Amino acid sequence: MSNPNNLKYTASHEWIKTEADGTISIGITQHAQELLGDMVFVETPAVGRKLKAKEECAVVESVKAAADVYAPVSGEVVAVNGALDSAPEAINTDPYAAWMFRMKPDNAADVAALMDAAAYQAVVDSEAH
Amino acid sequence: MALKETPLNAAHRALGAKMVDFGGWDMPVNYGSQIDEHHQVRRDCGMFDVSHMRVVDIKGKGVRDFLRYLLANNVDKLTAPGKALYSCMLLENGGVIDDLIAYFMEEQWFRIVVNAGTADKDIAWMKQQATEHAKAHPESYAASESGAESAVSAEAQTGAPEEKPPLDIADHPELSIIAIQGPNAKAKLWAAMPGSQKLTEGLAPFSAVVVGSMFIARTGYTGEDGFEVMIPANAAPYFWDSLVAKGVKPCGLGARDTLRLEAGMNLYGQDMDESVSPLESGLAWTVDLKSERDFIGKAALLANPPARKLAGLVLLDRGVLRGHQQVNTACGAGEITSGSFSPTLNQSIALARLPKEVQIGEQVQVAIRDKMLSAKVVKYPFARNGKSLV
Repeated sequence: MSNPNNLKYTASHEWIKTEADGTISIGITQHAQELLGDMVFVETPAVGRKLKAKEECAVVESVKAAADVYAPVSGEVVAVNGALDSAPEAINTDPYAAWMFRMKPDNAADVAALMDAAAYQAVVDSEAH
Repeated sequence: MALKETPLNAAHRALGAKMVDFGGWDMPVNYGSQIDEHHQVRRDCGMFDVSHMRVVDIKGKGVRDFLRYLLANNVDKLTAPGKALYSCMLLENGGVIDDLIAYFMEEQWFRIVVNAGTADKDIAWMKQQATEHAKAHPESYAASESGAESAVSAEAQTGAPEEKPPLDIADHPELSIIAIQGPNAKAKLWAAMPGSQKLTEGLAPFSAVVVGSMFIARTGYTGEDGFEVMIPANAAPYFWDSLVAKGVKPCGLGARDTLRLEAGMNLYGQDMDESVSPLESGLAWTVDLKSERDFIGKAALLANPPARKLAGLVLLDRGVLRGHQQVNTACGAGEITSGSFSPTLNQSIALARLPKEVQIGEQVQVAIRDKMLSAKVVKYPFARNGKSLV
């Protein structure tokens, strides 16, 4: 599965989708879910929480391990995907649909400055060597 | 350093396994979904490449007396050829060097299977202890003919005045081990290996039979019926492929870990190691303190009665229990030794070393990141033979 071109990415393996209303949805990439394996638990941040860029704000746990999820930019949490509470495996089956939380970014330019799909693929490739 | 590979490495890669560095070995952690592989073993049949584990044969006149002294469990329980015994091997201070299975082959031959990560250390320890034990108890080792001959020829070849080892302690890295586990393991093995039914249908749990160059034991590490089959490395890929052809699902070491945790089986290096007593590791049932026999570590165990015990935990809140998380109880603090998600119970479970006063049914608090979550102390095993026991 390739990384969609309409998304932005971080080196810590989050994907970021800009929604029509200017908020951003955040999930973890195909590469990240593959490394972690079967997901069994997702912990999302509280709605209303103010986050700084690169702040730890969510956790995904597979059978194998726990991994932190980081805020890609500064902003406020405006929604969380409660469906993942009972179906964390959605992250395995369709990682780019399984958003974890939404933020209202403080500055839209911060989002534009994130990596595109090609730059992210280079990060993944460099980890493989 | 290059990772070590088992003879089945190419087979794993051809099956699309996700390979990981497992204590220096390039091993499959899963072939897709670890949870699917786990269920496959509980419900049907799966198999694991455990060729990284080491087979050690100990032969010679004094072998039974030596193992009576070397192991915390009592090999005198082994009288029928092929019968197996689970035991810890202890340090003088009572700490666990390794846990292992000892098979009684014949009166001057025992076969021992040890963990991969500890194998070299174990063998060095066995050789050192055999030499010391033979000095203290020469009557047990009064030379057998063949042993004396080989020692003489070895000396003649090297010219070195080396001390004759009292026992022949030899490991067999050329033996692969494939574990076939699950309620349908018998039927699948028989289908894949013509003629094996007659040889194994009478095989009692925890015993083994030699079949040509193979060694078939009714043992495992999953809490299900099944076999662990030792087979020469050059024949292992063919045997593996025959099992795949009969529908035995290859399973990775990830599923092996959740299966053994549900079955309440200790993992060396996590649930016990050289720093803890088997009596504080849920292994008192494997330590024979009743007989008169002396064994390495016995005096230390008698002098230090356990203050802690291994207990099962089931997480009541949402999350996943993991090793090293702190557990707060009404009787003091403890620590999780192994924790994961249980596919059979569909919730998180753990083994934890807790103050011995803690009772079954008590609620305890586990520190997970910045939260204190509630868990219940339960009897374990958590699941065996396809069923939840909690």
